[in-house]
Amino acid sequence: MSLLAEIAVSVLIVIGASFALVGSWGLLRLPHLMARLHAPTKATTLGVGSVLLASMVYFFAIGKGVSMHELLIVLFLFLTAPISASFLARAYLRAHVAPDVLPPAGEQGWATFARRSDDAHDAPATSATRAPPQD
Amino acid sequence: MDAPARPGASRDSRRGWLPHPAISIVLVCFWLLLQNEFSLGHLLLGLALGLLVPRLTAGLWPMPPRIRSYRKAGAYLLLVLWDIAIANVTVARLVLFRRSSRLRMRWVVVPLELVAPEAIAVFAATITLTPGTVSCDLSADGRCLLVHCLDAGDADAAARAMKDRYEVRLKEIFG
Repeated sequence: MSLLAEIAVSVLIVIGASFALVGSWGLLRLPHLMARLHAPTKATTLGVGSVLLASMVYFFAIGKGVSMHELLIVLFLFLTAPISASFLARAYLRAHVAPDVLPPAGEQGWATFARRSDDAHDAPATSATRAPPQD
Repeated sequence: MDAPARPGASRDSRRGWLPHPAISIVLVCFWLLLQNEFSLGHLLLGLALGLLVPRLTAGLWPMPPRIRSYRKAGAYLLLVLWDIAIANVTVARLVLFRRSSRLRMRWVVVPLELVAPEAIAVFAATITLTPGTVSCDLSADGRCLLVHCLDAGDADAAARAMKDRYEVRLKEIFG
């Protein structure tokens, strides 16, 4: 492997490792869950990204050809990161945040809370519509 | 082959055999990329997956969105990748150098003009992956997104920035 390739691989790995470190540091020091969610969803995409880039450069430089696995890893990461972030946020909203703390969202409210209130409204409504025939 | 007399029926029969040609092609490419080498066996297995998986999951895509411009979709992907790189640096600087008490964290409501669920999903995923914003919830009527900002001075300005940068382009892509 040429000196140039070695330098490129090292620089990419150091960049990736520092972003991963900052992501973990943010996870530790930010004050509450919603703020902490920002650190790993962002600072790690570039962290993982440049380590994978380093891997591609390395395998190309030692003559193993172009490796495509890394691109797939990046793709799957970008597909799954927003979904897991959304799950965490909604679980947090539902367990720890009152709906009136959030800004208003039209007539029906936010989806996370709407389902619960629908259930609450549905039960009495059906029992009320079924009650009269029994009487 | 006997269906062309009724356009609706011909569309149904085609949907039954190959419900989503684009997904089939993507699956075959994914399979070949996963193997990291090309051979006839891998290609055949990939084709089998490409035929089978879209048929099994057709129920999840009742109305597949039509992508108007693949060129614009590619440009959008590059723009988002660039923004993600910038976002990483921005968030890293906030985490390292800004005191938590001086972060202007807030909830922002982003009113949506997009209607297709797939377009809204792409918009929400983009928001989560880019500068200091995480999309958290959708309103029950599907007309606005709840976004948490790590550091935003003005809620309206932040919402407008997201709409101008991403939603305008997505509207052109999905129509």
